Parts: sequence; C-alpha cells; structure tokens
Amino acid sequence: MGAVVAIARRDGTRVWHRRAHSAQFAIWLLWAIGAAIFVYCCQLISDKTIWPFVTDAPAQAADLAARMIPPDWAFITTLWRPMWDTINMATVGTALALVLAVPVAYCAARNTTPSAVAVRPVALFIIVASRSINALIWALMLVTIIGPGVLAGILAIALRSIGFCAKLLYEAIEEIDESQVEAVRATGASGAQVAAFSIVPQVLPAFAGVSVFRWDINIRESTVLGLVGAGGIGLPLNAAITTLAWTRVSLILLIILATVVVSEWISAKVRHAII
Amino acid sequence: MTVATVVSRHWRKPPLIRRAWIRWALGLGAVVYLALALGTIDVNWTRVWEGLPRGVRFFAAFFPPNFTGRWNDISDGILESLYMTVASTVIGIAISIPVGLGAAKNIAPSVIYYFCRGVLALSRSFQEIILAIFFVKLFGFGPFAGVVTLSFATIGFYGKLLAEDIEDADPSSAEAVRATGAGWLQWINYGVQPQVMPRMIGLALYRFDINFRESAVVGIVGAGGIGATLDTAFNRYEFDSAAAILLIIIAIVMVVEYSSSYVRRWVQ
Repeated sequence: MGAVVAIARRDGTRVWHRRAHSAQFAIWLLWAIGAAIFVYCCQLISDKTIWPFVTDAPAQAADLAARMIPPDWAFITTLWRPMWDTINMATVGTALALVLAVPVAYCAARNTTPSAVAVRPVALFIIVASRSINALIWALMLVTIIGPGVLAGILAIALRSIGFCAKLLYEAIEEIDESQVEAVRATGASGAQVAAFSIVPQVLPAFAGVSVFRWDINIRESTVLGLVGAGGIGLPLNAAITTLAWTRVSLILLIILATVVVSEWISAKVRHAII
Repeated sequence: MTVATVVSRHWRKPPLIRRAWIRWALGLGAVVYLALALGTIDVNWTRVWEGLPRGVRFFAAFFPPNFTGRWNDISDGILESLYMTVASTVIGIAISIPVGLGAAKNIAPSVIYYFCRGVLALSRSFQEIILAIFFVKLFGFGPFAGVVTLSFATIGFYGKLLAEDIEDADPSSAEAVRATGAGWLQWINYGVQPQVMPRMIGLALYRFDINFRESAVVGIVGAGGIGATLDTAFNRYEFDSAAAILLIIIAIVMVVEYSSSYVRRWVQ
C-alpha cells in the first residue's frame, strides 16, 4: 500500500501525501464501516443494560472498598493449602499438556506430519477445539464426570493448554532450517534420529519458552477453577464471596496478586535466559 | 596414532543448559517437586472410577448436538457474545493506545511510564472471571459488566504488547521524522505508528478472538453472552444443546482465526 509515493499537484507545487487518493478513500470507508458496526453493537448492549445500576456503580464501589479494608490477615493460615493446590494444578497441568502437545504438534506441522490429508486436519481440529473451550468450561465438564477436586483442575488446565502449546510448537517446527534436517538425514540417520538430532535441538528453546509462558498463564487460570468446584484458591474465594466476607475476599485477591507477580517474574527471567 | 584418538572421541549432543550443576539441580528440583505435588493431591479414586462410565454417558449425551431445540436462546447468546466482543475489543484497544504509549520507555517520561506500567500490571493480574464477578457486583447483571470486564482485560494485553513493540521500533526513522521539525503527534503518527501498525492489527484480531472465547465464560458469573446459556444447558443436563453451543464457539473461533491470518497477510 505505502510503496508508491503519492504526490499531488496543487497550484503548481508538489504536495506529498502519505497515500494515493483511492487508497486513502478505501481506508476511510473501512473505518466508517467499522465505526458503524461498533455503534450498532454498543446500542444493542445499551438496550440490555439497566442504567440506574450503572450510574449507581461509584457508590457501590466505595461501599465495597470500605467493606474490604482491612484484609482479614488471620485468615491467611487456612489459605496456604489451597494456594499450594493452585500452583500444583498449574504446574502439573502444564507438564501434562506439554507431553500431550508434542505428538499433536508433530502431526500438525506441515514438514513433519505423517499425512497432510488424513492426520494434519485432525491435529489442527484438536488444537482449535482445545483452544476455543476455556479452562473453566473444561473444569465444569470434568467436575461433572470425575467429581470435584484438584484432579479435575489439573485435567482442565491440561486440556486447555494442549492447543496453545501445540500451536506455538508446530509453528516453531515449521520454521526450522530444513538444511540441517537434510544434513542429518544424509548421514543415514533413521526417522527417530533425524527428529532427535535435527528437529529437537532447533525447537528446544521455543519449547522451553512456550512451557514457561503457558505455566505463567495457567497460574492465573487455575486461580478461578475453584469457582466451579475444581480445587485451588478459587474455592475459598467463592466461599468468601457467597458469604459476603469481604475482608477475606480482599486477602485472597492480594495473595493471588502476589502469586501472579512472582510467577510472571520467574517466567520473564527464564524466557530471558533462554532467548 | 592420530587415527586412534579420533576414533576414541565420541560426539555427544550439547545440552540445552550448559552448566552441569544447574542442569542437575533443575532435574533434581523437578523430581522432588513432582513427588511433593503428586503426594499432596487428594484424589478420590473411587469417585473417579465411578465417574468414568458416567463420563462416557456424558459424552454420549453430546451426540447428536441439538441445534434446534434451544435455537432462540443459543442465537441470542451467540449474538450477544459477538456484540460484547466487538464493543469490548474496540473500547479496550482505544484505551490501551494511550496507556501503551505511556508505558513505552523510549517515548514516555518516567512518571507516566511507571503509572502506565502499574495500570497494565493490575489489569493483567486478575483472571477475567474474577474481574467479571466484581463488575457484575458494581454494574448489575447483563452484557454491560461483560463489556467492562473484557475491555479492562484487553488494556493489559494490548497495552503491554504495544509498549513492547514501540520499545523495539527502529529509532532512526522516528528520529528522521523528528528532524523535519514534526510535532509530537506527527512524530508518533509518521515515525512510530507505521512501524508498529502491521503487528498491532494482527494482535487486535487475535485479541478479538480471545475476547470472543472469554465472552463465552464471563456469562457463567452473570456478565452476559453465551456463557449463561451454556451454564444453564449444563445445569439442566441438556448436554445436546451444550454440545451445539460448544461446536458453534469452535466454528466461530476457527472463522475468526482463518480470516485474521488472511487479513494479517494482506496488511503485511
């Protein structure tokens, strides 16, 4: 689009424009259509909103804040166990997801898939299905099947993460340098050896980066799985909210905030060390 | 003699982590942690065992998906989710542009920088559901709370990536624009914006995709969208309707993903 220099003549002098007229017009038209869609959506949402409740929000917020301060520090002794469960759900779930994501990614990458017609679409569907369904919905289903508890949380996290990890991994596999693969193959290596000595070393940094990145996201996700009964810090959070124990809610939120900040710091450090 | 030494040398693959003690410590730590974690997980195996045939029945109840039985509720929910997604993506990105500009170290003064980074960190820390619970409390049930939730979450995501992208931008072209005597806005518009625009359009579409998926769950806590319908379907054991909803969500996510990769190629 911007490759051609657009210069208009105005009163004999040459005036530089960023874009040609037609391109400029097309962009304006797209903006106008986008704005119309946006306004239409806002209109529909506004129709479904009870505005007195919205205008009342500042007073509600002030009221809530007053009820949440100070946090109930004594309650912290009962929170260590759920917090440990939360971290476990995220970590074990991520590990499980990575184990399952590797074969899926291998089948989904264009250059390693056993069959582009039969296997690749299945792998891509697994990736999209796993990514489209939120961990909370997975947890909702798993709690119905295997009962409430940490195991449902681990499996929910794992099922949700397979798609994410496999997608990033297969993109990394597709971007590898083919000449190295060819060089290893030329030595007479078997299929497994080719994978181990030419593909794995090239995607290993990406693999490590993806796993830490996903682990960081999963810490955040696993804090809410308790809301549907899948264990972790979400259970006491839900209990505190339903019993209107706001000082406990604020304490739990502070703990979640601290955990998330620490996990983000760890993840950033590790990724920095790898890349 | 020389041949013998060459033969006795055995090539080994270089490890990912070069220093041996870190490698061993990490491995040992992982084993100890896994043992501790798996040891402390309470699993009611009899319950799990009982649940497995139930799970089979559960998934059997998904088929065939029932699109027609609750079609009015489903289409209402999906449309509401889409409206929420559009509104929250636009609002979130509109707010995250100034925040992202302020959070870029190379163009913002340090006071503004730390303030904007704080906003981003706060917005990223809490899961959408937790935010939604509070916004439902403040604004009442309905899609408005959902839009506020998703917009707020969008700020953290988009603002952070925008700030990082601006920090990575090539300073020489921005400086060249500034050397022509451009004002601040012109400097941003002609020196910085063209550099970050292609990637940011792609990320906007990606965020649209995320917001749609999230809008499917904020409904569980009362913030509008298809989530409420899905939750109700589960609670009423209408698993065929739930399967229909899940399939529609997957289909829409796929459409958005394919069109976004197309748009990205067109922009770049």
